Amino acid sequence: MTAGNSARAQLEAQFRFKRTGAGSHSAFELTANFRLDPGITILFGPSGAGKSTLLDCVAGLLKPTSARIVLNGETLHDTATNTFVPPQRRHLAYLFQDPALFPHLTVEQNVAFGLQDLDPADRANRAQDLLTAFRVERLARRKPAEISGGEGQRVALARALATSPRAVLLDEPLKGLDAELKSAIVDDLRAWNRVRQLAILYVTHQRDEVDALGERVLAIDRGQIVAEGAPYAVLDAPRKKRLAYAAGFENHLSAVVQDMREPDGVMRVRLAGSEAELEVPLAYAAVGNRVHVAIRAGDILLATRRPEGLSARNILAGVIDSLEINGPTIVCRVNAGAMFLVHVTRGAQRALELAPGQSVWLVIKTHSCHLVDE
Amino acid sequence: MEALWLSVRLAVLVAAILLVLAIPLAYWLSQTKWRAKFVIESLVALPLVLPPTVLGFYLLTAMGANGVLGKLWMAWFGHTLAFTFTGLVVASILYSLPFAVQPLVMAFESVDLRLLDAAAVLGAGRWRSFRQILLPLSVPGLITAAVLSFAHTLGEFGVVLMVGGNIPGVTRTISIDIYDHVQSLDYSAANRMAIALLLISFAVLSTIYAVNRRVWSPWPTR
Repeated sequence: MTAGNSARAQLEAQFRFKRTGAGSHSAFELTANFRLDPGITILFGPSGAGKSTLLDCVAGLLKPTSARIVLNGETLHDTATNTFVPPQRRHLAYLFQDPALFPHLTVEQNVAFGLQDLDPADRANRAQDLLTAFRVERLARRKPAEISGGEGQRVALARALATSPRAVLLDEPLKGLDAELKSAIVDDLRAWNRVRQLAILYVTHQRDEVDALGERVLAIDRGQIVAEGAPYAVLDAPRKKRLAYAAGFENHLSAVVQDMREPDGVMRVRLAGSEAELEVPLAYAAVGNRVHVAIRAGDILLATRRPEGLSARNILAGVIDSLEINGPTIVCRVNAGAMFLVHVTRGAQRALELAPGQSVWLVIKTHSCHLVDE
Repeated sequence: MEALWLSVRLAVLVAAILLVLAIPLAYWLSQTKWRAKFVIESLVALPLVLPPTVLGFYLLTAMGANGVLGKLWMAWFGHTLAFTFTGLVVASILYSLPFAVQPLVMAFESVDLRLLDAAAVLGAGRWRSFRQILLPLSVPGLITAAVLSFAHTLGEFGVVLMVGGNIPGVTRTISIDIYDHVQSLDYSAANRMAIALLLISFAVLSTIYAVNRRVWSPWPTR
């Protein structure tokens, strides 16, 4: 981080949150230390990692055991000086996973709820503006029970942003929406923030959202921030196996290092319980060490004949175990010494006439193999 | 019919006062994380299990010329509370307290906490989110509380007999009237009163269950 960056930081937070196990809650500890700059920062991690808890602490809905949270120079929470600004005076926008619209109010009244300080005419205008910006103006008179899930998310977003917030917290705001709707909402959000340049903390555990949004990623796991930086740097080389699961690495293979080829920057590993070998990028390991390799199902090519003249170094023979339709993709389970998951399109499945029991070859580039920690 | 009119006046007054008292109490019970709140919950629920004569006996003692309440009342108003309409109101409030508090606690607790969080993040303080979110979403519970307090007060017998005695136009409520008629073997008069009470009770319960099955009903929802 350069000095220039730290001057721009809008939100700085260091806190510890502890919850003792009681009733249905298990004990949980969260340690966070991060800064948010203007623009979208992704908070990425598997479920149960502490993402929502982290947002609740920033919003003041949960009280960390020790904390120092500063927004634009104003201390929101400092346990050292006993400063605690309650959530209603933090002026943050916070969108929960579930839209949490007030069921007895209309869409318009929901959006106007946070505009109590304005006089009635301004309130109505501002609510209208936000409804228009998020394309739900035609729903103004409806009750939340009468609109769809995607519309509900848009209304909740409009309601949160109507208050002229100083920073924005979004907890999986697009969960359960289809890809087209997601990118439309994301575009509207970006357009809204273009002039405002607010810090937006955006929680997701979906890889496609990270790629669509991310300028910077904070990776969180088991209550710890384990990595931060540009999306490709954080997620394409996940250092934690659990994070790799969340980052969309469907294949996790246990393997033993066979030989190291330092000049080429690669090494060969043998998959556990099989004769199959893979060439993978060189890692800090020694011959005989056990390593874990993560490979995305979408990074593996499938061929019905043994391919020749390819630059890819790994070509494994296998047999299709099963095919499963998952939306537009087909999830192919291929036994090639170890069980591999491969994603192919429906078109490819038809063209290659893929079926269980068929012999196939898997093609995997060396750099599609990622070494992860246990 | 004088007795019926007296009972209805008593029940309406008690239900109104109970709502005013029970809303803050129920709100506090639904929000507090105090470990000993079960003590308050037990106190509130006590009239559900206590024989009315026991409650009536202690109230009578407290309201009499030598009781704490009676002495206070004497100092302020020049007469004791026992055997007065006001005394009946005080006794009925205690006797029907659980019927007002419990549906309200349940209604408040069934409101999604995330809605209150959302209101707070949107700048609403406790009072505003109580008025504009919690209370409107608890309307079925409010109706249930009011109707149950009304019906329960209308039909009470033991406490009234202990605390109020049997003074026509002052403390002779409908159930005491029925008892009197039976004692004097005037079964047709008793029957007229009993039918009136039966129909009112039925109408009241139908209202609650029509408004909402979820809040305070001994019947399972499915």
